[in-house]
Amino acid sequence: MANKKKNRNVAIIGIGQTEYSSHKEHQNQAEMVNEAVRRALDDARITMDDVDCVMHGNMELFEMVYQPDLWHEIGTGAYGKEEIRITTGGTTGASLVCAADNLVASGMYDVILAVGLEKLQEGHTTGGITNMADPLWFRHLQTGALTGTTAQEMIEEFGEDRAKRAAMKYRIMMDKHACLNPRAHRRFGLEYDQMDDLMNTSPKLVGELRLIHMCSQSDGACVMVFASEEKAKKLCKHHPPVWIRDHITVHREETLPNLFGFKKPEMTQRYAARKLFERNGIKDPVEYFDVFEMYDPSAWWGLDWLREFLLLKGDEHIKMLEEGEFDLDGKLPVNPSGGVTATNPIGATAMLRPAEAALQIRGDAGEHQLERNVRHALASGFGGTFWTVLIMLEKDLNW
Amino acid sequence: MAVHKEDTSHCYVQFGRMALPNQYFAGRVGSRFIIALRDEHKILGVRCDKCKKVFVPPREYCERCMSRLDDNWVELSNEGVITNFTIVRYNDKHLPRKAPYVLALIKLDGADTPFAHIVEGIDPSKVTVGMRVKAVFAKETTNTILDIDHFEPL
Repeated sequence: MANKKKNRNVAIIGIGQTEYSSHKEHQNQAEMVNEAVRRALDDARITMDDVDCVMHGNMELFEMVYQPDLWHEIGTGAYGKEEIRITTGGTTGASLVCAADNLVASGMYDVILAVGLEKLQEGHTTGGITNMADPLWFRHLQTGALTGTTAQEMIEEFGEDRAKRAAMKYRIMMDKHACLNPRAHRRFGLEYDQMDDLMNTSPKLVGELRLIHMCSQSDGACVMVFASEEKAKKLCKHHPPVWIRDHITVHREETLPNLFGFKKPEMTQRYAARKLFERNGIKDPVEYFDVFEMYDPSAWWGLDWLREFLLLKGDEHIKMLEEGEFDLDGKLPVNPSGGVTATNPIGATAMLRPAEAALQIRGDAGEHQLERNVRHALASGFGGTFWTVLIMLEKDLNW
Repeated sequence: MAVHKEDTSHCYVQFGRMALPNQYFAGRVGSRFIIALRDEHKILGVRCDKCKKVFVPPREYCERCMSRLDDNWVELSNEGVITNFTIVRYNDKHLPRKAPYVLALIKLDGADTPFAHIVEGIDPSKVTVGMRVKAVFAKETTNTILDIDHFEPL
């Protein structure tokens, strides 16, 4: 595929988030959305008058609301504007960013406000997810989003003790990051010396996937404002715009056994990274990127996928973790926000990745801001059965 | 021309029943509306001073100008005027009444937005736009909008 040529450059000019928690009884869905919308408009120093199009995304079935984009209109500010709804499962938030990038780059709109949200406490997440499975072959067997396969594979490849320790170290590292982020949902205050204890006492869910490894179910919303280069340069006076350099989405059939046969194909994470880096001339992603906000639904998956996304081989990713290279002061900090094991309002989750990565580039992420000058950021989304979205953000318009 | 009909005699249909339990957080604003309706038979709205609109049902922020509204409550009349209506003529399990019944938009005195509810106590064919109606409250509470049982002509 030829390098994607944009008609014009696209910037992130505003970001608004709610705090994330397991319950939000004090707000209905539209009110929760509106809180994030107001914060994003304030952040961009614009009003709804400046916005051409509103995009809306959350999960099908999760809140049991049909056509939520219409119903949430009193919160999104979409009255009298064009509105587009996108719902692609776990990748929803990242799909919104990709679509906004395309729509602004194309010239269709100058300014887009995109809303990702979820109130997981109001619905039944696993019940909803299970309905994605084929009714004849898999729906009776599906365990929702919980799978133990990766843990088993990593134990086989790296040995039981090393694999289990690595997954738990990853999880505790994420909690340490989340503890610095006042918006994060789960902040346990875990310490590395609790590793052995947690490896044995945390309840098992499927195989070696334990409760502590798994992402949370959160309520919250994230809103991002996108603008064309011309508009961004005009509107962004108080903080710099963050440029979307490129993005890629990779999908795969959900009924894995039918497709694989006996040979596991290249992971969508590696395929996405390989293609994206190739067409942007990135030879060494670990060297190039200053931060990676990754959609990590569980500690096992997060750790395993680092090898794929960063095009590493063998146990390079485990070594990097063991040596602290993914820490906030490491070679490539991963999820300074605390990631998805801490905070997971699903329709917003994949948007939080580029949103948090953009805050790092701006240098105003808050307590979890990295100390280095963040110039190049990578953000990923995940959904369905290994659907991957990968987004590259830049501080400078110089590529 | 002969119409081709597929032979479906060996095509299996699998039946399912999606059971997705859910709850809905009404929020502070929605809760206050329902509590006032339930405990005091009062219908509350909120006023946006900037847009000069009284909204019912109430909302926390004005959708147009983003002003905060939840500190600007207004008690509305139990009476209002039908701004539009339709006659529901089919029966189904999810419907609140047996057909035929009238579903109307009613602008309460003091409100700027109409509000959907059932109109009873009149032959459906006699209902007109502009007709004045008043709320009849339910004898037993359900903590829902059906704490107004229906509206009837004045």
